[in-house]
Amino acid sequence: MLFNRYRRGLFITSFLAAPVILYLIYVIAPYLQAFYIALTDWRGVTATPRFIGLENFQRLFGDSKFWQAVTHNGALLVLLPLITIVIALFFAFLLNVGGPSGVSGIRGSKFYRVVFFFPQVLAVAVVAVLFQQVFRPDGSGMLNGPLMALGADPIGFLSDRGVAFWSVLAVMVWQAVGFYVVLFSAGLASIPKDMFEAAQIDGAGRLSLFFRITLPLLWDTVQVAWVYLGILALDVFAIVWVMTLQQGGPDSATTVMAAEIYRSAFGHFRFGYASAMGVVMFFFTVGFAILSLRLSRRERIEY
Amino acid sequence: MTTMISWTVANSRKLARSERKRRLGPLGILTHLALLIWTLLVMIPILWTFLASVKSEDEIFSDAWSLPAALRWDNFARAWDQVHIGQYMLNSIVVVAFSTFGTMLVGSMAAYVLARYPFKGNRAIYFLFVSGLAFPVYLALTPLFFVVQNMGNLPLIGPFIGLNTHAGLVLVYIAYSMPFTVFFLSAFFRTLPTAVGEAAMVDGASHTRVFFQIMLPMARPGIISITIFNILGQWNQYQLPLILLQDREKWVLTMGIADISTAAGYDQDWSAMFAALTLAILPMLIVYTVFQRQIQSGLTSGALK
Repeated sequence: MLFNRYRRGLFITSFLAAPVILYLIYVIAPYLQAFYIALTDWRGVTATPRFIGLENFQRLFGDSKFWQAVTHNGALLVLLPLITIVIALFFAFLLNVGGPSGVSGIRGSKFYRVVFFFPQVLAVAVVAVLFQQVFRPDGSGMLNGPLMALGADPIGFLSDRGVAFWSVLAVMVWQAVGFYVVLFSAGLASIPKDMFEAAQIDGAGRLSLFFRITLPLLWDTVQVAWVYLGILALDVFAIVWVMTLQQGGPDSATTVMAAEIYRSAFGHFRFGYASAMGVVMFFFTVGFAILSLRLSRRERIEY
Repeated sequence: MTTMISWTVANSRKLARSERKRRLGPLGILTHLALLIWTLLVMIPILWTFLASVKSEDEIFSDAWSLPAALRWDNFARAWDQVHIGQYMLNSIVVVAFSTFGTMLVGSMAAYVLARYPFKGNRAIYFLFVSGLAFPVYLALTPLFFVVQNMGNLPLIGPFIGLNTHAGLVLVYIAYSMPFTVFFLSAFFRTLPTAVGEAAMVDGASHTRVFFQIMLPMARPGIISITIFNILGQWNQYQLPLILLQDREKWVLTMGIADISTAAGYDQDWSAMFAALTLAILPMLIVYTVFQRQIQSGLTSGALK
């Protein structure tokens, strides 16, 4: 008996040792250190860090570039989920309930789902380079070529301060929509077809089918989508860093928190200051997670 | 009499159906039109890149939509050798092969123990892993760089796992994949029946053997989903290798592709750039077309749990 207890303990320890040690060294330790580094004036790879308390945070409050980045993350946090979810819900509804009888999927719905989802499997860095070419400012750009052929002025998708942010948002939506179409389709498939049929027999049209049946029954999935897209909006880095001019430009018009942290740490080697930004970003992310968990407590509809 | 009733029933059904159709309106065409527009939005940028990859430099710069006079396959040869896409792709394959295998091995071991063996501290370790889901990786970047640098100073194994090493990157990938892998798989292990494993234990199988020969095969659907999730996530990773790999010959594919455009000068070989981009997209397109069902369910399964 005692031997069995010993064997069980040994098994647990041996199975947990590798993952826990790796996780402590590479994930937990860096996160904890970051909070301390944020309180130092550490600059340069070899310099010794000196404790300076909250000075970095004081400076951060006056750093207009960082607050510009925060504003962009905030705008993305609202717009990216909103636009993506509306488009994805629309397509998921058409694909699954858009058939002629009103309850079945339409022809070719599988084909559409396969195509829509594809951008999701591409690396963000690859998508960024792809759209850099699509958005070229002259006649060689995929979009500006036809525009100029029609006699219109070329649009500075990435070079115009007022347009660049929207280009970033558009690419993010382009990549994300397919994933949520598939996610919502899976949710729709688990709603019994009788629901739609019963509603139709009672005289529901397509609009009320969508707003009174589909949306309430999919609400849980929509909330999950909202949280995922929100995190995506707060974490955005590669698309801005690789696609935009001056890595967050022109003139900081598209910069985001992650880009400023990376620039500060590995461009200027201001490790203390970069960590302070990281701490602010940490609280934004955790705050968003807690807030969305709070707001999403709603009665589940059982069916 | 009966035929008459069934005729009436059939007829009234038909009437009801056509009435329903009328109320729902002629959406058929519009539906397909809307779906077709998004299909084109997705496909045209990708196909346009494929087209540009066989054009000459002059053709690329003259008109965005012109067709190439001749198919210039030598663009691909230059992308492969001079832009080093071949090297980067090989690096990516090596890193992801090891990191995904390692992630699944240690991740499933941890998830299984945490799901099935109550002991003091079990919940604490579980939450330690899962809390990682909420942390933005950017906070950890600076210290992580120095952690990996310091690992390079370890005696004996140091040179293999420090900065600029693939093994070092593999270990980092494994560690950062733990939160989701443990979270998902332990939920999955909890849904499996206990009886089979217990029976094997009675017959004298060890804990380890029960895990590898009984529980792991039973958990196959979950394992496949998360394996796909991790392969794609690690293949597409850009941020972590960007800080950990400085030597060009160690770079992974995403860095190679991103570099072509960020470091773009006027002497840039644009047609080779489009060929490189095509080389990064096309294999994904082929793999995705073959495994699209598994990939879709693998990536979305996490959200539905």
